[in-house]
Amino acid sequence: MTEPVPASPAPIEALRDKGPDKPPRSKWKDVWAQFRKHKGAMVGAFFLIFITLGVLIGPYIWTLDPQALDIRAKDMRPVYTALWDSTAKTGWAHPLGSDQLGRDNLAQLIAGGRASMAVGWAAMILSLVIGAGIGVLAGYFKKLDGPLMRLTDLFLSLPILPLLLVAVTLFRQPLRANFGPEGGMFILIVTVVGITSWMPTARIVRGDVLALKEREFVLAARSIGTKPFQIIKRHLLPNVLSPIMVSATLGLATAIITESALSFLGVGFPSDFPTWGKMLADAVARMEDFPERVILPGIAISLTVLGVNYLGDGLRDALDPRIRGR
Amino acid sequence: MLTYAIRRLVLSIPTLLFISFVIFMLLQLAPGDPMAQVPLTVPPEVKQKMREALGVGEPALVQYWKWLVQVFWTEPKIFIDWLTNDSFLLGWLPDTHLYNGELRVISWQTRSPVMDIVLQRIPQTLWVVGLSYIVGVLIALPIGIYSAYRQYSVFDQAGTFITMVGFSIPPFFTGPLLIVIFSVYLGWFPSIYDTTHVVNDWESFKFQLMQMIMPVMVLALQTTAQLSRYMRASMLDNLNQDYVRTARAKGLSEAVVVMIHVLRNSMIPVITVIALGVPAIFGGAIITENVFKVNGIGQLLITALFANDLPMVMTLTFIFAVLIVAFNLIADILYGLLDPRIRYD
Repeated sequence: MTEPVPASPAPIEALRDKGPDKPPRSKWKDVWAQFRKHKGAMVGAFFLIFITLGVLIGPYIWTLDPQALDIRAKDMRPVYTALWDSTAKTGWAHPLGSDQLGRDNLAQLIAGGRASMAVGWAAMILSLVIGAGIGVLAGYFKKLDGPLMRLTDLFLSLPILPLLLVAVTLFRQPLRANFGPEGGMFILIVTVVGITSWMPTARIVRGDVLALKEREFVLAARSIGTKPFQIIKRHLLPNVLSPIMVSATLGLATAIITESALSFLGVGFPSDFPTWGKMLADAVARMEDFPERVILPGIAISLTVLGVNYLGDGLRDALDPRIRGR
Repeated sequence: MLTYAIRRLVLSIPTLLFISFVIFMLLQLAPGDPMAQVPLTVPPEVKQKMREALGVGEPALVQYWKWLVQVFWTEPKIFIDWLTNDSFLLGWLPDTHLYNGELRVISWQTRSPVMDIVLQRIPQTLWVVGLSYIVGVLIALPIGIYSAYRQYSVFDQAGTFITMVGFSIPPFFTGPLLIVIFSVYLGWFPSIYDTTHVVNDWESFKFQLMQMIMPVMVLALQTTAQLSRYMRASMLDNLNQDYVRTARAKGLSEAVVVMIHVLRNSMIPVITVIALGVPAIFGGAIITENVFKVNGIGQLLITALFANDLPMVMTLTFIFAVLIVAFNLIADILYGLLDPRIRYD
């Protein structure tokens, strides 16, 4: 017989774990969990995805050509007008009606959405690339900080809308001659919106980079001989991703609104190329008789921008670690 | 503070000069010729003389220098002459005769001085834009204060939603929408802003009020949406501070705590936002003026652009730039004056 093993001291009841620990969670899972709690952001995100998919695959489902003229079926009203006005000229061939040249409104809305979303995304990405680039350079390299931030201040004090108008009217002709009427206008609008809206991103990114580059992990990376651009790529850019994403949503909203405003003022895309702003502007003259032609594209713009803004709100909450824990 | 203000003021001069140079060089690239409308029977050498009379024949830098002299030297002289001759405020001063017929910036559309046209248009813009800004601020502040005070209440939820919607709907949609509803279907307000209207009795004053409601409301919606969000966030930041608990603990009434202690501290960032928003609303007014046919400076800019009237475009864009630089300066100085924690020196 060996002597009895002394019983291990009974664990203190209050300290015992109730069950197994939760598995560790990644940052992005936390972000997603917080994001899902924000109802508006979820609705906004779903609506944005819906609109994007709608304008992408819409033309394959609703195959009518948006520019096809059908003068016999001109000035049709949307089908729902038949609910209160049985004499209205409606028909399922054009569920949202047709315009004064008989072009189908639904097909035009889809095509217009394609143009507006394409301009919005492209301009947003351009302004993000410029803004993040200038912000990171100004934050990381002390020598560049002064001049780049003066440049940002200078751009911030430019009158944006007048300058946009000036630039678009001035460069319309040469670009159209080189890239065709639609392509030239697309390049022009994306470029001018991109170059005039990068400043907030640059300022936010610079501030974050200034704080980040004093942290230990950047020091560690530098001490093992990492080149500056490697540090920026591997250590700084992933850490400033959250503010960049938030300003991306804001940028998308501004770009869509700016494009529509330019089209509305008559300096946007050529007249046979539908965009939401263009459709709205063309319809204003006859809006007493055909209010839907103003209201439908207007609602499309407003809902998209609203969805994007809510998405940005939710992202900001979800990506902010101070709010996320709560 | 004073040294800071003076330093900023001095620094804004090269900024403005640079901006004007950029705009001028951009406009130099413009295609088109002010003589395009002149009949073909006019011989080319006469056309060349007419071009030189408009100041187009010379090198770009000379043109830019002349523009600078005209805007910064000749126009102030005319302004001082006007002040001492005709104005109500300073008319008692002895008449000055600083201006003796030097060339001024001439519009290519009307061949009259640009500044005269701008001065004719500014009152309309100021009336509509200025009033809408005041209305917007007056609506936004109470909404922001109350939503923050009753956070997550029904009022707050509804207010946040409505401001988000107002923030997202562009003015070129709300404008036509209001026209359809209130001028076409209901017939309450005129859809076009009549600037020749003279207010001299009660009836005409009522008409002036009616025609101003819609443009003012469209612009005020944008202001309200942005400002009330700022106001709410700023109030929320302050409501959880220790000094608020102290104020309540020493028995101050809730009205005093919120309206005096919290509000005064929350107004600091909001006031700078209000100042920063002024130039933006002038820019946004370009669209609203176009929708309601207000012949203010925004509409002047659009017509000048389409008519290829470069001196007018140049001067107007520069005026917008001056507004932005001036109000940035005002915002920074106000921030330093209102918040004793901010020290620029």
